Amino acid sequence: MARMTMIESIRDAHFVSMEADDAVVVFGEDVGHFGGVFRCTQGLQERFGKHRCFDAPISELGIVGAAIGMAANGLRPCVEIQFADYMYPAYDQIVSEAARIRHRSVGDFTVPMTIRMPTGGGIYGGQTHSQSPEALFTHVSGLKTVVPSTPYDAKGLLLASIEDNDPVIFLEPKRLYNGPFDGHYDRPVVPWSKHESAEVPEGHYTVPLGKAVVRRPGADVTVLAYGTMVYVALAAAEESGIDAEVIDLRTLIPLDTELIIESVKKTGRCIVVHEATRTSGFGAELAAIVQEEAFFHLEAPIRRVTGWDTPYPHAQEWDYFPGPDRVRAVMSDVMEV
Amino acid sequence: MSSEIPEELYDYSKREPRRPTPTDPEVDGYPIPMDVRRRLYQRQQELRQFEQRAYDLFMQNLVKGTSHLSLGMEAVSAGFAEALRPDDYTFATYRGHAHTLSKGVSPGGVMAELLGRENGILQGKGGSMHLTSVEHNMMGSYAIIGAHLCIANGTAWSAQMRGTDQVTVVFFGDGTTNIGAFHEALNFAAIWDLPIVFVCENNLYMEYTPIDYITAVEHPAADRASAYGLDRIVVDGNDADAVYQVATEVVGKARQGGGPSMVEAVTYRHGGHSRADPGKYRPPEEIEAWKNQDPIQVYHSRLLRLGLPEQDLIEIQQSVATMVDEATEFAKSGQPPSPELAMTDLWADGGSSWRN
Ligand SMILES: Cc1ncc(C[n+]2csc(CCOP(=O)(O)OP(=O)(O)O)c2C)c(N)n1
Ligand SMILES: [Mg+2]
Repeated sequence: MARMTMIESIRDAHFVSMEADDAVVVFGEDVGHFGGVFRCTQGLQERFGKHRCFDAPISELGIVGAAIGMAANGLRPCVEIQFADYMYPAYDQIVSEAARIRHRSVGDFTVPMTIRMPTGGGIYGGQTHSQSPEALFTHVSGLKTVVPSTPYDAKGLLLASIEDNDPVIFLEPKRLYNGPFDGHYDRPVVPWSKHESAEVPEGHYTVPLGKAVVRRPGADVTVLAYGTMVYVALAAAEESGIDAEVIDLRTLIPLDTELIIESVKKTGRCIVVHEATRTSGFGAELAAIVQEEAFFHLEAPIRRVTGWDTPYPHAQEWDYFPGPDRVRAVMSDVMEV
Repeated sequence: MSSEIPEELYDYSKREPRRPTPTDPEVDGYPIPMDVRRRLYQRQQELRQFEQRAYDLFMQNLVKGTSHLSLGMEAVSAGFAEALRPDDYTFATYRGHAHTLSKGVSPGGVMAELLGRENGILQGKGGSMHLTSVEHNMMGSYAIIGAHLCIANGTAWSAQMRGTDQVTVVFFGDGTTNIGAFHEALNFAAIWDLPIVFVCENNLYMEYTPIDYITAVEHPAADRASAYGLDRIVVDGNDADAVYQVATEVVGKARQGGGPSMVEAVTYRHGGHSRADPGKYRPPEEIEAWKNQDPIQVYHSRLLRLGLPEQDLIEIQQSVATMVDEATEFAKSGQPPSPELAMTDLWADGGSSWRN
């Protein structure tokens, strides 16, 4: 089995799906010839032709709008928004149209469309190249929201997303493209080639939407994370000596509530970690669900470790970023309750 | 259908190069006073040498994040700056170092901002892509394509309403002409008859894609002007005098209540889109042709033809070099901002808390 970076495995998922199904089309800004700003679509135009993989003008609204129309007429578009921070011009199409068309057409008009976008910080992108807008999607009924954390999952989840019959927002943590970044920004990142979860099978497989996975079993506290924060949580667990159970959610909607609740009932403690701003973040939803379904098992308040309620600062990147130190401190806190 | 696809679609660097229109010899004779021309030369030197230094600092890993340089595009910024008053407003994109300097903002403060230091013009809060100096009526650099065209209309409306004769100039790229905000902004400017000038810096590429591959018309801005009742204006963006001449006309028109204009300045970036981009998708002959018509060389030769002693030009270059060295020293002397500083200025009370 080959080891791939997350970029390569995403690219591979495109190849596999386009090979298998002529209805899959891929487009976006600089996606065709150039192969995408992060090179996730490199080689597709050469292989499948300009009619299946092509460049779009700078027009996120136009890209998503066209994808909706294609999806409603027998195609399975998988489009790229260069950075999640650029999706706002398309937000109206995503929220008002893509998410609701099936419901208002009584199931006749459907939107099997995937919108890929890199998210998250850690690259000194400042406020316009670092955002994690997942909660802006999970808040909208009718959208599925996926956040992979390994090359293996990225391929399997992307294939599942493209094959899914509903609109899927596929958020790619850009800090994980080349290696599992654990928040220790002052240390070199171990490349994916040295990591087991970079083993990516050839050909077709899927990772089902709606299934979380335990990345580290533990007895003391459940840590809910996704994307880059999975590695931060793992690092914090190792460094603290606290026996944390780290759950990688993988898809936010649909959410694997069962696995989460089972774990919290076992550990009696729960911490949610995300890079997005704190207020009304997805962590709030997770905390609400946990207390609704496992309240009598809790031995400590549910805690959140998140980005600040400010724009992503350019110069104080590592203060904003909820790194292993901050996660560790909260782990110790909840253990003392 | 796929058999009709020409090979160049898969490799843009093999396409027919698009060369610059040769410098118009008549421009030498434009009635531009020599002191203005000296300033135009000096400004272009400043922009060039500043960007070269910014690039070097990148390479030394001192600049945080990415950055977009205006190397090769200096004539547009310099030409417009010279036609503006200090109280006129400008708006720029993430490729905004040049436009910020052209508005008279301190090079040391700008350099420090690129380095993310506390002595930067935005205390490190903005960085390269968001340079802003309201004090200089430089109303910001915008990293989200198209946003600032709409905002600039509001500034122009305000000037009109206040009865000042301030003009607003908004710079943007060729790729920006394809987003809805561009068209919405032009229509607003036209119906409100605003004192505003839209300046498209057409460097022939959006990011990595040639503009003509994804645009309905040859001249992305100028060929659309008529849709909003505006004149079709294309200017050689590598000739500061040509830009200055057009800028003087359209800014003057706006100042006198003559309404909006749009100018398409055709130019070229010497390097890639951003720091990480070597720009390999462009045909090598194309890059060479444009480098041979470099705005600074064009201007240097003109000033010599017009009788300015070479020694004067050398002195300008040297004084600019000293200025850039000083700016670099100033920037490097700054400290990284404290974490608490990121928590300030979210709300009018100066803080970032939403709880009472
Ligand atoms: C809404 C939005 N979409 C996409 C981007 C990503 N992006 C940044 S620069 C750029 C190309 C812009 O091209 P152009 O307008 O020609 O300006 P240039 O960089 O050539 O000066 C793109 C697509 C963005 N910043 N904002
Ligand atoms: Mg351009």
